[in-house]
Amino acid sequence: MVNLKINGTEVEVPEGSTLLQATKQLDIYIPTLCHHEGIIPYGACRMCTVQMVRRGIPQLVSACTYPCEEGVEIFTDNEEVIHARKIIIELLLARCSTVPILREMAETYGIDKSRFGEDRKGCILCGLCARMCHEIVGVTALSFVDRGTERFVSTPFGKPSEDCIGCGACAFICPTKNITIEDIDKRNVLHHELLMGHNKAIRLPFMQAVPNVPYVDHDTCIHYQTDKCLWCEKICPKEAINHDMEDSHTEVEVGSIVLATGFKTFDPKVVVELGYGKLPNVITSLEFEKLNSAAGPTGGEILMESGEPPKSVAILHCIGSRDHNYHDYCSRVCCMYSLKFAHLVREKTHAHVYELYIDMRSFGKGYEEFYDRVMEEDVDVIRGRVAEVTDFAELPEETGKLIVVCEDTMIGAFRRLPVDMVILSIALEARDDAAEIGRIFNISRTADGFFKELHPKLGPVSTATAGVFIAGCCQGPKDIPDTVAQGGSAAANAISLADKGVVEIEPITSFIDPDKCAGCKVCISVCPFTAIEFDEEKKISVVNEALCQGCGTCAAACPSGVAKSRHFTTEQILAEIEGVLKV
Amino acid sequence: MSEDFEPKLVGFLCNWCTYTGADLAGTSRMKYAPNLRAIRVMCSGRIDPTFIVKALVEGADGVLIGGCHFGDCHYQEGNYKTMRRIPILLKLLKQFGIEPERVRLEWISASEGRKYADVINEFTETIRKLGPLGLTKPNVEPLAEGVAANG
Repeated sequence: MVNLKINGTEVEVPEGSTLLQATKQLDIYIPTLCHHEGIIPYGACRMCTVQMVRRGIPQLVSACTYPCEEGVEIFTDNEEVIHARKIIIELLLARCSTVPILREMAETYGIDKSRFGEDRKGCILCGLCARMCHEIVGVTALSFVDRGTERFVSTPFGKPSEDCIGCGACAFICPTKNITIEDIDKRNVLHHELLMGHNKAIRLPFMQAVPNVPYVDHDTCIHYQTDKCLWCEKICPKEAINHDMEDSHTEVEVGSIVLATGFKTFDPKVVVELGYGKLPNVITSLEFEKLNSAAGPTGGEILMESGEPPKSVAILHCIGSRDHNYHDYCSRVCCMYSLKFAHLVREKTHAHVYELYIDMRSFGKGYEEFYDRVMEEDVDVIRGRVAEVTDFAELPEETGKLIVVCEDTMIGAFRRLPVDMVILSIALEARDDAAEIGRIFNISRTADGFFKELHPKLGPVSTATAGVFIAGCCQGPKDIPDTVAQGGSAAANAISLADKGVVEIEPITSFIDPDKCAGCKVCISVCPFTAIEFDEEKKISVVNEALCQGCGTCAAACPSGVAKSRHFTTEQILAEIEGVLKV
Repeated sequence: MSEDFEPKLVGFLCNWCTYTGADLAGTSRMKYAPNLRAIRVMCSGRIDPTFIVKALVEGADGVLIGGCHFGDCHYQEGNYKTMRRIPILLKLLKQFGIEPERVRLEWISASEGRKYADVINEFTETIRKLGPLGLTKPNVEPLAEGVAANG
């Protein structure tokens, strides 16, 4: 341990600590620009200059790089220090007179203008970006170029660096915000996602997530790309982060299974005429929800990409639903949430709202009343499909707007609606892996890809596989009340099986006549459930009726016709054949 | 071959896929030829080739066997067995002078009501073109004539 005095207070710090770390211990603020926790200090900006008195001799040193020494005395804000800092700020201002953070610092130290000239550069040459890239990210896509007054930060030869992984760490750390990320060759972060607040590799899945703990996104985390960084591991006081952890498979034995694998939203990019992904301010309903969320990137404010609230909004129903090109079915939830959006936009921005629908389906309890209420809020409801969303202005009032081209079938005319924002109410569709899941659980799917229930009225949560139940949108699009009701039903069905303690099986099983069986074992070789065993003593095959599912394959294969499928015996089927052909 | 010949068809449909698919075609109010008489079996693997021969002998002009798509069998692998059994039967039928087109194997899932209706229409047309099979009960003479007529 090292003992020293800071502004007259005794302090004890571990050996090897810098003066800056020592002052932090006493909660003394020292301005810094080029310093960042976790990156090796470099002493470029000199803003952290303090006075050190060693053996009675005062000298000015940079606190971020200078190690603590036994018995020295430090002054962080005496006259000499302030004077030195003022000069440093003036020198920095001479280079970058317009950088906000420098202007702020200049104001605190009472400086209005630099005596050493005025330039409008954005970079203070602190090197944080290059050090970040090298030390933390581990790729060295940027570095200093040239020397002295000619010095600047650049990628090799000023071209897009091949090593750059587009993590955006340099832009994040730049104290003057002089680095911007551009999307070149899809290597960089998408601006669109940044707007929607998905720019962190460690995040909560969503605000109401259970368990409510952050997770590391493997796709964006730098560590999984360059094998370096691990900054979060160093910083986490509980040492709760472990990047080496891998997915593990656990086998659990259960009696019944409830499948609630949910849905996927329709990707409106394939409907090219709507311009999603190409035109700014054309967003999906889910993105609007994010914008509208109080925990979202805008704190619940409905804003365009420019940061302004929209003056007019068009909400387009049935994107991907009720469309022979995409999905024939109705997604059920869109009409109601679109009406909710109209209400929210009216309430929050007072913007003019257009609802473009095919049919308004407000089918549930209290829904029609909500529809009536929204109709009283001056929402422009147009019955008609949208032909196109474009930014090509034909009239002067359309300049700079998105134009929604549609047919108003109520007045029988084509219309062009200039709006600021377009919200696409996208369809709910079956997940990509629904086929695979269906195969694993041996349950079939309907033509639209959702899981098929045993019977639409008599077995709405059961499936053809005993003990497997389905709930929620994996069975078909549905809203929250319906999902909750179905989930409850599925859970009750599953529990009732366990509660009873016995399982009822179908009476359709196979039976082998012990007197006539020749013991050829053909039935044993064809049985997919290993339900037939060979009785070594009697030399005959015997069906285990608890295992037998009643497919009848053994009955079809038995050369002597003694394996019988109950309720589907050969005699019965032959009689049936005769019967159907009599007429 | 008279124009007003209405083929008599027998269908052996598996309970989980084709029979449910037929149900779907019905509940969806799809229109298709009324010529097929459906017989439900739990699995296409239950279909003993005897049934098909019996149906033909009893006066059916064609037989449809409907099962699940591969990998979808409710009993895991019943349809694979059918897939192997039917071609052997077809070879046999050929030797008896019965056109193999009269026995058709189709995989129709529970959601393919449309496919079911299409298959029935198509199959009915095929058999209509082939004409009556002309087999009746084995103890009656026309068996030999029928075989000769259909060559």
